[in-house]
Amino acid sequence: MKEMLQAMRDAALAAIRQAGDMEALEALRVRYLGKKGELTAVLKQMGRLSAQERPVIGQLANQIRAQVEAELDSRRAALADALLEARLKEEALDVTIPGQAPALGKKHVITTVLDEVTDIFVGMGFTIEDGPEIELTTYDFDRLNIPENHTVREWTDTFYISRDEKVHLRCQTSPVQVRVMDKTRPPIRILSPGRVYRKDEIDATHSPMFHQIEGLVVDRGITMGDLKGILNTLMQKLYGPDTVTRFRPHHFPFTEPSCEMDVQCFECRGKGCRVCKGEGWIEILGAGMVHPWVLEMSGIDPAEYSGFAFGVGLERLVMRRFNISDMRLLYENDVRFLDQF
Amino acid sequence: MKLSREWLGEYTHIPVSDKEYCDGMTMSGSKVEGWEITGSGICGVVVGRVESMARHENSDHMWVCQVDAGQGQRLQIVTGAQNVRPGDLVPVALDGSTLPGGVQIHTGRLRGELSQGMLCSLKELGLEQRDFPYAIEDGIFVLQEPCAPGDDIRTVCGLGDTVVDFEITNNRPDCLSVRGLARESAATFRTALSLPEPSVRGGGGEIRDMLSVEIRDPELCPRYTARMVKNIRIQPSPAWMRRRLRASGVRPINNIVDITNYVMLEYGQPMHAFDYACLGQGKIVVRRAQEGETLQTLDGGLRALTPGMLVIADGDKPVGLAGVMGGANSEITENTATIVFESANFSGPSIRRTAIALGMRTDASGRFEKGLDPQGTVPAVDRACQLVELLGAGDVLDGIIDVVGIHPQAVQLPLEPERINALLGTDIPQPFMEQTLASLGFGLEDGMITVPSWRGDCARCADIAEEIARFWGYDRIVPTQMKGDTAMGGYTPRQLFLRQLGETCRAMGFYEVMTYSFVSPSSWDRIGLAPDSPLRRAIGILNPLGEDTSVMRTTSLPSILGVLATNLSHRNLAGRFYELATVYRESDGPLADERPVLTLGAYGEGEDFFRLKGCLEALLRAVRVKDVRFQAEREDPSWHPGRCAAVYAGPVRLGILGQIHPRVCGQYGLDRNTLCALLDVNSLLDVRSGDPSYEPLPRFPAIVRDIAVVCRQDVSVGQLTDCIRSAGGSTLRDVRFFDVYTGAGIPQGKKSVAFSLTLRSDDATLTDEHAEETVQAILAALRDRLDAVIR
Repeated sequence: MKEMLQAMRDAALAAIRQAGDMEALEALRVRYLGKKGELTAVLKQMGRLSAQERPVIGQLANQIRAQVEAELDSRRAALADALLEARLKEEALDVTIPGQAPALGKKHVITTVLDEVTDIFVGMGFTIEDGPEIELTTYDFDRLNIPENHTVREWTDTFYISRDEKVHLRCQTSPVQVRVMDKTRPPIRILSPGRVYRKDEIDATHSPMFHQIEGLVVDRGITMGDLKGILNTLMQKLYGPDTVTRFRPHHFPFTEPSCEMDVQCFECRGKGCRVCKGEGWIEILGAGMVHPWVLEMSGIDPAEYSGFAFGVGLERLVMRRFNISDMRLLYENDVRFLDQF
Repeated sequence: MKLSREWLGEYTHIPVSDKEYCDGMTMSGSKVEGWEITGSGICGVVVGRVESMARHENSDHMWVCQVDAGQGQRLQIVTGAQNVRPGDLVPVALDGSTLPGGVQIHTGRLRGELSQGMLCSLKELGLEQRDFPYAIEDGIFVLQEPCAPGDDIRTVCGLGDTVVDFEITNNRPDCLSVRGLARESAATFRTALSLPEPSVRGGGGEIRDMLSVEIRDPELCPRYTARMVKNIRIQPSPAWMRRRLRASGVRPINNIVDITNYVMLEYGQPMHAFDYACLGQGKIVVRRAQEGETLQTLDGGLRALTPGMLVIADGDKPVGLAGVMGGANSEITENTATIVFESANFSGPSIRRTAIALGMRTDASGRFEKGLDPQGTVPAVDRACQLVELLGAGDVLDGIIDVVGIHPQAVQLPLEPERINALLGTDIPQPFMEQTLASLGFGLEDGMITVPSWRGDCARCADIAEEIARFWGYDRIVPTQMKGDTAMGGYTPRQLFLRQLGETCRAMGFYEVMTYSFVSPSSWDRIGLAPDSPLRRAIGILNPLGEDTSVMRTTSLPSILGVLATNLSHRNLAGRFYELATVYRESDGPLADERPVLTLGAYGEGEDFFRLKGCLEALLRAVRVKDVRFQAEREDPSWHPGRCAAVYAGPVRLGILGQIHPRVCGQYGLDRNTLCALLDVNSLLDVRSGDPSYEPLPRFPAIVRDIAVVCRQDVSVGQLTDCIRSAGGSTLRDVRFFDVYTGAGIPQGKKSVAFSLTLRSDDATLTDEHAEETVQAILAALRDRLDAVIR
């Protein structure tokens, strides 16, 4: 009987090791360990054994059951692994097939640059102020010291809303300065971006509506060196740390001294090329120290306070930054254009 | 302002290259727009002497000339011109030479005869008869200048001068003159400046015996100065004067006209010459025009004058439009014997208004507008007379009539070096400041500055600071970081909210657009506004660029439809766009009610009402707007009457969304499937809730029950949902609509609507019985209130 059991065990283990799938394995389990299986059949004959043999054979039978079960388990695990491997192999993807992207919109490129600029100034302690686009001539012209015979006041230059020239579409965001100075006392650090309007025909470099960013600082001890410092910071943040600027004297009615700031041509580094029309420099913005009259008109004593202001055309910054050659693209809103930025 | 460097050299010698000169002037505030060398298009053209001429054998009009052009050997040149004679000195374009316009001349054969170059006419050299009045227009330019064969024609014709084009800012009319720019140049390059005062011999009799001048309106004419010249001999001006005028962009005419132009360029003071014989009663009266008066101006136009305009009149009639243009009735002609030179000062704003009103901006009016130096009239008129004597153009009368209506006070202010340095952030030494001011003609005595009369732009310390800074060099001001108290910068909640709206739209696939604030008034018809719609009351621009941009938009709908239409016409098959668009409505005050409107637009496959509505719901949830309701809007003519909803948060109307009316789509060339939404941003800001407060996560499981009820077609899902909510009590945590069905099994005129109900208790696991109770209560309410019965 012992031999029978051992033979059965050997046969069972060999068969289990060779079982090719789960079904075969299950069949083997039933065949050897099932209620009507071979081991049970052998054990049923235990009654014929002597009292001495019985525990020995019993023990052997249990041993064999355990061995077979262990073998079944390990074979089952091996088969499961193989099965998983096969399935994983089958599930392999061509990972170079493009993904399914959720549709994301984009900021208009003007907003992109505007947000960048406002973030820079907010980081330097500025707040952002806005004001009406349909503006009183008082704020846009008179309070900015723009003389009555200045060309900007002409009907060929400015869009008028009222016949008596008291209301027009603001041609700069500078009136916001005045509105702020009227209601706030120094220190003042503001940035006022917004839409402005000038009577220019629409072409590649002109638009009757565009955006301007105006900055104003009024405090004790503000110098023209501070103005240069802040504008250099802005340019370096926008165009990179190697950006070279140049300040030239200029004239604006609301600042004194006044200046224009050029940036060295990015293309030729100042040698002169097609982009800068041979000048080596590209005009970027106008600025200056706030005119004492402008301060006085808001009740700020120029003997105690000084300040600077600057105004920059946002479209110009945008076009320069992204090599956009035609301003009309900015207002045409073709999605193929919008999607590029 | 075009400046000849040759002319400049008369006052100050600047020993630097053209490039250095232009850079230096730009950096001291006289911005150079560009510069060019006159005759720079000419290369390889020299003087030649025609030695002999013979008829061309194969031509009935050509000549074969032997020419000594200083080239060692004689050249043979064929010409078709008939005005050349042996011995004439003529311009010869040699083999390989270039003429203006890029024309190249090479040796060739003309009808078989060798021609080693070309004899040139004035035109071929880029000149005209006014430059050389003795030459003829259609023929070779036979030179009368002192020159010899081989001389470069540019030198002979006075070309090769550098002309610098300056952009002169409005505050510096004094720099619209050679003398003004000479002063700036000398100050920039620290060179010696010599500005001689004109002197006049006179001797032609006393002016006061012949002329009187009266200023009736000293406000408009603070000063009027006149001198007279008799025995006028009208001739061409000498070459040097023609050359300088031409370099300055002024065409030479004749000696008298040229003198007035020359003095205007040199001194910046516009001049005018009247024919004395045409001045009735020997009188000049400066007065306002009378109603109904007219004047034919020199350009031939007949001008209707109004009392706002200042005229120069004689005893009875206007003879000139002050500061703008002279009258034809007193024009200098070949028969003019005696002239009056006018050198006057007029009020800028008045001249500007007159020039605009008559649509005639002249060089003179452009200068007067900016406000000229009232002290400049006498030197200018003296200079004109000096030139008359120099040119032998007539006999100058003794005396000068100088009527001063207003005596301006010289501006004086202290020199405050410390304040200047404090403003600039510099350490400029006082001697530098003093030298700079002196070189610009400022007086300085005992620390007090006297501003010269031509510098009306300088009145305060800041102005002086600019004068000093620009010659010190803006580039020498060291950039610094501003000092002072730390300021609290940042965005306002409103600004952050606007940013958040944009972010949310982009996350849902909408692209931001920017459109013009003004639209065409025809937009109101195109979007189907009712004739009495308040949106038609748009704020108009009185002087628009064109009809298309003539009114401020009262709604952003036309703008977004325009964007959709552009994209569709560019064959972009689908698109989602948004704009934070300001609209402009009439208000009680003088200004507009300007408010931002979040504007959404979408078209293309897959877009429909519920997609856009879903976007809106997601957006409102993202910005924490609660109690959102949608209510059918059937009356707004821009929208599809059955596919449009007004959006509310509680009682507050936020805006509108829906499919655009097919008729409106047709107007814009849009597909029928076009969807838009407009949300008033200010209202959104008002209704959004504050920071959320944490609610504990549910500890007990929920039971989900699906129900389907059959109801009349006209009962809305919204009504059913409201009913379910109110009947569900606190156990009902969520109602989700998931299907509506009509067709087989559903009676005519009815529909089946299915909802998924989520039921939960916070205190214990909900029992089936309790859940069933709630569902039954809901079903009962649906049946009783809306006649909706379980399917």
